[in-house]
Order: sequence, then structure tokens, then C-alpha cells
Amino acid sequence: MTASDIITALETKFGTKIKSKSLEAIDPFIVVDPSDLVEVVRHLRDEPTLAFDLLHNISGVDYLEPDPKKAAKAGFEPHLEVVYHLQSFQHRHRLVVKVLLPRWKNDQKGQLPEVPTLTSLYGSANWHEREVYDLVGVIFVGHPDLTRILLAEDWEGHPLRKDYEFPLEYHGIRGR
Amino acid sequence: MGWLEGRFEESVVTTTLEQAINWARESSMWPMTFGLACCAIEMMATGASRYDIDRFGAGAFRATPRQADLMIVAGTVNFKMAARVRRLYNQMPDPKFVIAMGACTCGGGPYYKYGYNVVKGVDLVVPVDVYVPGCPPRPEALLEGLMRIQDKVRAMKDLTKGQPLEIPIPARTGFTHLPPELSDPDPVKAVEKQNAWAKRNKERAAPAKA
Repeated sequence: MTASDIITALETKFGTKIKSKSLEAIDPFIVVDPSDLVEVVRHLRDEPTLAFDLLHNISGVDYLEPDPKKAAKAGFEPHLEVVYHLQSFQHRHRLVVKVLLPRWKNDQKGQLPEVPTLTSLYGSANWHEREVYDLVGVIFVGHPDLTRILLAEDWEGHPLRKDYEFPLEYHGIRGR
Repeated sequence: MGWLEGRFEESVVTTTLEQAINWARESSMWPMTFGLACCAIEMMATGASRYDIDRFGAGAFRATPRQADLMIVAGTVNFKMAARVRRLYNQMPDPKFVIAMGACTCGGGPYYKYGYNVVKGVDLVVPVDVYVPGCPPRPEALLEGLMRIQDKVRAMKDLTKGQPLEIPIPARTGFTHLPPELSDPDPVKAVEKQNAWAKRNKERAAPAKA
């Protein structure tokens, strides 16, 4: 199936749960709410005509322009995106699913945003979600072991956030 | 040595014990395999046949710090690794030497400004004898660094003048996972303990004075 066929099939099935779509992008994508994510991805995996049997990658993207002068022209509101790259070996097609999140849960600084985990659907989601949690700071609700995977376990903050401040020292070692 | 030379038959060599020991040490510098990043590739090239670090007696790369004299820190040291670097350094027997190989270990290198996880120079964690800059350094540069280490060994006077080279050990270990006899909640006391431990070990390792 082509990307437009896949997205049309999804729209007839889920209706307004597909918040937006893009066919012009190099990797065509759909946007869903965090609450609908598991349902949509489960359908993508289990429906025989779609059969997305591989979760390539999960990435977290921080949309924030830290410079206040440039922020007005940035062209986006500050938010986080979690991007899922799905592929079907059987039908040789692929699709990108995006979830838009606030940068902080309830707009309270320090409260990490939450999204349901996909570990029940794809085993490969486990480490990818840990990495996104580690570097971008997104909590995957229901993850079996949501701990840091790359940085030290007592690290503070999530370094790939645009407003991350570098540590001055780590256990006595000068940081910058 | 002046008055002794030439008084024996041709096949007899006279030297001082100190020189003999230093000669043996410098000619059998056993490095520890310590590749942390891309510099390790260059270190392997130095060990392979084209550049052949074995010509200098330093080709026996040991996989354990207990058998090594020389730590070639080849590659980026990040904060998670810093504690392990320090611990491996502590496990090496005296006399021990450290080469900081590459820009990252000399001072952070390309990660100096934006590397949130990179130690800005391995000399913040272990005492460094020789810095070999480069990104990565050519094998010839590493050989040059090894020769500078050998110069240092040649100048050691641990038999006649007591203790060898004193390089201050940095007070920061980077982590708290030290054995209880070396760690203390108070960092000042911990440093005192570690220095006392290092001193005691040096005394034990030092040869008995004639």
C-alpha cells in the first residue's frame, strides 16, 4: 500500500482520532493523541493489510527556541514530539506516527510529560523508550524498567532538551 | 663509572644497579589495553606490525591493570567512565605511568563546549605523565609519547634518592564506588585516606635500602 492508502484506511477506521497527517513529507506521518496511541499502533500491527511488524526507531524531538529574540519567528509553539518509525516487511511499506506533548506536564516545570508505552506491542520499544526518557525526558507510562540507559544513573536533567543547563561538576569533577 | 670502565675483558659490562633497573623498566613497559573511543584504533595500529610498538618493548598489552605499568588513555573519557578510569589506575602496581592520548583526554577536545557528558581532560581524574595531542594522534606521535615516558623512567632514582616521580593525584574520583578503606563521606578525609593508602603502598613497593 502507498502512504496515502494507509492513511485513508486509518482515517476511515479511526476518524477524528487521527489529528493531522502529512503526505508531502519525505516520510509521510500521522499525528495521534497520547491516549489513542496504543490503539492506533495495535491496529497498524494486527490488521493483515497493514501488518507493521517492525518498530524501527523511537525518537524524541524538543521544539523550543531558547533565544527569546528568535522565538517569535521560530514558526512553532514550544512542545515535544515523540516519533515512531514503523515498517512492514510483509508489504514493504512504512509509516511514521507522531505524538505531540507539552514540554512539561500541566505546564509545571520539572514535571515530565507522559505517553503510554509500546513495550506490550514491540519488544524493541523497551530500550528506545529508555533512551528517549534518558535524553529528552518523556515518561512512558507502563514501561517495565524505565531507568537511564546511557547516562549515569544519578545524572540530573535530560541533556537533549534545548533549555538543559550543563552540570558545573559531577562528583567533584569540573564539568565546564 | 669512569675508573671502572675498560678494566675488564671485552664481554663484561659494568653499570649501576639503578641504571640496570631503569633499563629493564623502560624496555618492558607493559601498557594496559584501554581503548575508549576512536583513538584506540590508532593505538591498535601502533601495536600492529607497521609501526610496531614492540620495538620499544611496550607491545605486551595486558588486559588487567595488575600486570600493567602504563595506562594509555586512548579516547574520550565521559563522566560515567571516569570512576572506572580512576579505579583501574588505583589497581595498577607502582611505578605506574599514564599517557593521555588524543585531544579529548588532554582537555576535552571537540567536546569541550557542548559535551555535557565528557570529562574535560583525564588529568582531572588521574595524574598524567605525558600528553599526546592530536585527533587522533598519528602512531608516530604515540611512539614519541612512549619515548618520553622512557625518558622519565631513565631519570628515576628510586634506589639512591628515595621515591620516584611525584605527580599529585587529583582529589576527585568522579564517583563514590570506592572500597570502604578508601572512601569517606567527608571528601577531605577521603583524600587523606587515599593519600595515606598510596603512600603505604609505595613504601611497600620500594626496594629495601642498602
